[in-house]
Amino acid sequence: MGGGEPLDFISYIRDNPDQFREQLIDHLRLVGFSVLIAILIAIPLAVLITRVAWLERPTTWLANIGQTVPSLAILGLTLPLLGIGFRPALFALTIKAILPIFLNTVVGIRSVDRAIVDAARGMGSNDRQLLCFVELPLASPVMFAGIQTATVQNISLATLAAYIGGGGFGDWILQGLAMVSPPILLAGAVPVAVLAMSTEIALRGLRRIIIPTGLAVS
Amino acid sequence: MWYLFEQPERVLELTLEHIRLVGISVLAATLIGVPLGVLCTRIRWLESPILNLSGILYTVPSLAFFAILIPFTGLGTSTATIALALYSLLAIVRNTVAGIDDVPPATLDAARGMGMNGRQRLFLVELPLAIPVIFAGIRVATVAAIGIAVIAAVIGAGGLGRLVFDGLQRLDTDQVLAGAIVATLLALASDWGLKRLGDALRRDAAPVTERG
Repeated sequence: MGGGEPLDFISYIRDNPDQFREQLIDHLRLVGFSVLIAILIAIPLAVLITRVAWLERPTTWLANIGQTVPSLAILGLTLPLLGIGFRPALFALTIKAILPIFLNTVVGIRSVDRAIVDAARGMGSNDRQLLCFVELPLASPVMFAGIQTATVQNISLATLAAYIGGGGFGDWILQGLAMVSPPILLAGAVPVAVLAMSTEIALRGLRRIIIPTGLAVS
Repeated sequence: MWYLFEQPERVLELTLEHIRLVGISVLAATLIGVPLGVLCTRIRWLESPILNLSGILYTVPSLAFFAILIPFTGLGTSTATIALALYSLLAIVRNTVAGIDDVPPATLDAARGMGMNGRQRLFLVELPLAIPVIFAGIRVATVAAIGIAVIAAVIGAGGLGRLVFDGLQRLDTDQVLAGAIVATLLALASDWGLKRLGDALRRDAAPVTERG
């Protein structure tokens, strides 16, 4: 193994602050935008699906199959369609993020107690009120869990985006692999590992704060 | 896609390599994870630190995990196996705990009443009844490991990821597609096959549970 002690990665980051900042911003942009777009697509889609009964089985089946597709395969399949760069990477990440958010929203709405829905109807709620004031609030803990999964999973997938020129911390990892240099390798790997773990811990904490105790799941 | 038909031997060879890598990793994770899960049910305060730790470990991006291990364990299959086994641990430990916790207290009382000691209760009652749930954990771990093993090719562990990475490097779309499609099919097939196997195990275990 050439090119310096592993722990030199700290000085490597210190010596290249601009590159570090650029990779961090690229990484956060990929994850942030993809999850945001996925939320905007997945939640309305899930609501629609729960309203049209015959669509539910085929779409959830399809989404479950989609979950099984290896994430690198999704990036690999994007390449021939859209080519290389930030946008193709964003596209692949968005597709991957839609699945858990969609599935969790469907499950969340489906698991709302029928008696509560009936009570809301009996109180004279129309469809929109039922959705906005009863179903979505009650489904929110499960939906939040889906968004959490999508976010953490996309921090991981964004690392691979470097392969199709999407930027992010994967750049340094790939460079470190190509040059067989532990410091460069770890300069990319350690920050992204810390980013993923701290995001998971932060979202767990956030979930505890924003979800009322009565609605908490596990 | 045509790559599949032009180079079937290579695709087959890489598929077998892939299966071997995943098989060994999940086997290792099972051998570590099941005892660890049992330990959690015996020493209760260990449960939340062990599950939280493996849950957080699970979030580490696989490429970064490989990269962090490389300076210590080098390039190749052993590094990939270690990382894959650690990733698989979470699902297996969690399901072992859940499976054992699901054993009805009345069944355990009956076992105790028959004069079984702790070791006998574990091996003759709790673990056999927990097998379907543990097996579901192994299934989840296997499907996830098939996906992560694709990435392991980047550190020289071989497998179907070779097709994807080689293809990406040479901009050979055909090869990328072949790798991606075969890996996806492998994941779907294992999910389906292990699910069937799990259902069979569940049918075996069900009458006992009902009697309990």
